[in-house]
Amino acid sequence: MFKQNQGVTSSPKSRLLGFATLLGLVTLFVFAFFLTDPDVRLHPTTGEEIGQFDAVRLLYLHVPMAIIGPYLAPLVGAVASVGYLIKRTPWWDVTANAAIEVGTIFCGLVLVQGSIWGRPVWNTWWEWGDVRIMTTLILFLMLLGYLALRRIVADEHKQARRSAIVALVAAINLPIINRSVEWWESRTLHQKSTLSELKIEDLTFFTLMMGIVVFLMLFTWLVLHRFRLGWLEKESLEQEALTAIAERRAEATTNEEETS
Amino acid sequence: MKQFMHDFLLVAKKDLRIEIRSRVIINQVVPFAVLVLVLFGFALDADQRTLRLFSPGLFWVAVLLSLLLAIQRSVSLETVNDSLTGLKLAGLSPIAIFLGKSMAIFAQIVVLEIFLTGGIIIFYGSVIEDPTLWVVAGLVTAIAVSVTGTLYGALASGLEVRETLLPILLLPVLAPVLIGATKAYSGALGETVSNGWQWTGLLSLFALIAATLGSLAYGVLVEE
Repeated sequence: MFKQNQGVTSSPKSRLLGFATLLGLVTLFVFAFFLTDPDVRLHPTTGEEIGQFDAVRLLYLHVPMAIIGPYLAPLVGAVASVGYLIKRTPWWDVTANAAIEVGTIFCGLVLVQGSIWGRPVWNTWWEWGDVRIMTTLILFLMLLGYLALRRIVADEHKQARRSAIVALVAAINLPIINRSVEWWESRTLHQKSTLSELKIEDLTFFTLMMGIVVFLMLFTWLVLHRFRLGWLEKESLEQEALTAIAERRAEATTNEEETS
Repeated sequence: MKQFMHDFLLVAKKDLRIEIRSRVIINQVVPFAVLVLVLFGFALDADQRTLRLFSPGLFWVAVLLSLLLAIQRSVSLETVNDSLTGLKLAGLSPIAIFLGKSMAIFAQIVVLEIFLTGGIIIFYGSVIEDPTLWVVAGLVTAIAVSVTGTLYGALASGLEVRETLLPILLLPVLAPVLIGATKAYSGALGETVSNGWQWTGLLSLFALIAATLGSLAYGVLVEE
């Protein structure tokens, strides 16, 4: 896996992945903000210019983040949580925590960035009636609850078991978020899936695909490092406990010798 | 099955007997819920038309806030003298314990709903146009919040910061129930055009999923 005794979270392969991700992010920004065209169309009857204009550029970041934050990360967390409940080994627990922690940040960014995009396009910062926004917000709050549970000092196994159940309950929300725009068509400003219906093409499609790949790399890199950090934290705690036991034993032996 | 029913009723009766003797639900939780209704009245400037319009949502927010108190109470019954270990050592099935405790919470929530119904009729001037829908939606929602609350109560039990952790964990999960129950009660009050029975159906589905998941997960939680 990686050299745990070094006390660092990087390895040659993860450094390579990090460098490739950085390069990908720079390329994505160039494509999204300079090379692609703004969304400008002509109204069929009035001939007036309509569309999202430059705000569409934010979607090259929003869509990849929306795939990872509210879907992929909680899904990985839920799968790892099932793994923990079956195997009861810390590897699964640390993986679930890493995926959900990174996913929570992405999920929060999706809400903030979506709000920034919504202001010029939908003419509102926040739309209470939109089911996808609401289901994503509920998931974000659930993930915050998961993180709050993880921060509590408790027995390692007790915490892992409880966290796994919270992650599984949160995962129930995933299909609801995904299908919400289809199930409640009249209760959303979000459009149906653009990618699956192949409504976009050429450079726009290429940039969006590149965004998904780059953000997947970023997610992998972040989860990898968070996992390694979590593993080092676990080992450090175990080491502290062993040292404390050894110190107590040594203290007891010294006291016995002094008494005798 | 006979043994299971016996265990289930035993736990439910135990919790309810303690509640009846201590009178916490009547002396503290119900007054708190009514107080919340009154505070909403102050916050909305005592405009009865506005209060009537929003009474379904205010009703369920008051129920959810009071539920937190009821759950904290239910959890503390088992943690104070480590009674849960006693129940497990007595050979009671975790599913029976879970359903028994949920049943006790359910009964308390129903009592609370009765008082709150009186509260919105008196304070807000609400008129129930479809009493059957009101009762059925109230019972189904009480089941949904009871089973979910019992599961999350067990999740937060035994932790130092239980009081603050429980709302953070539980309220987002119950947000869909709040939406559904509000829509159902809006239909029952006739304040807005809402298919109350359809929402009640969704609430039943939520209650069923929560009860199944809770029954499966409770065993994992109490094995500590």
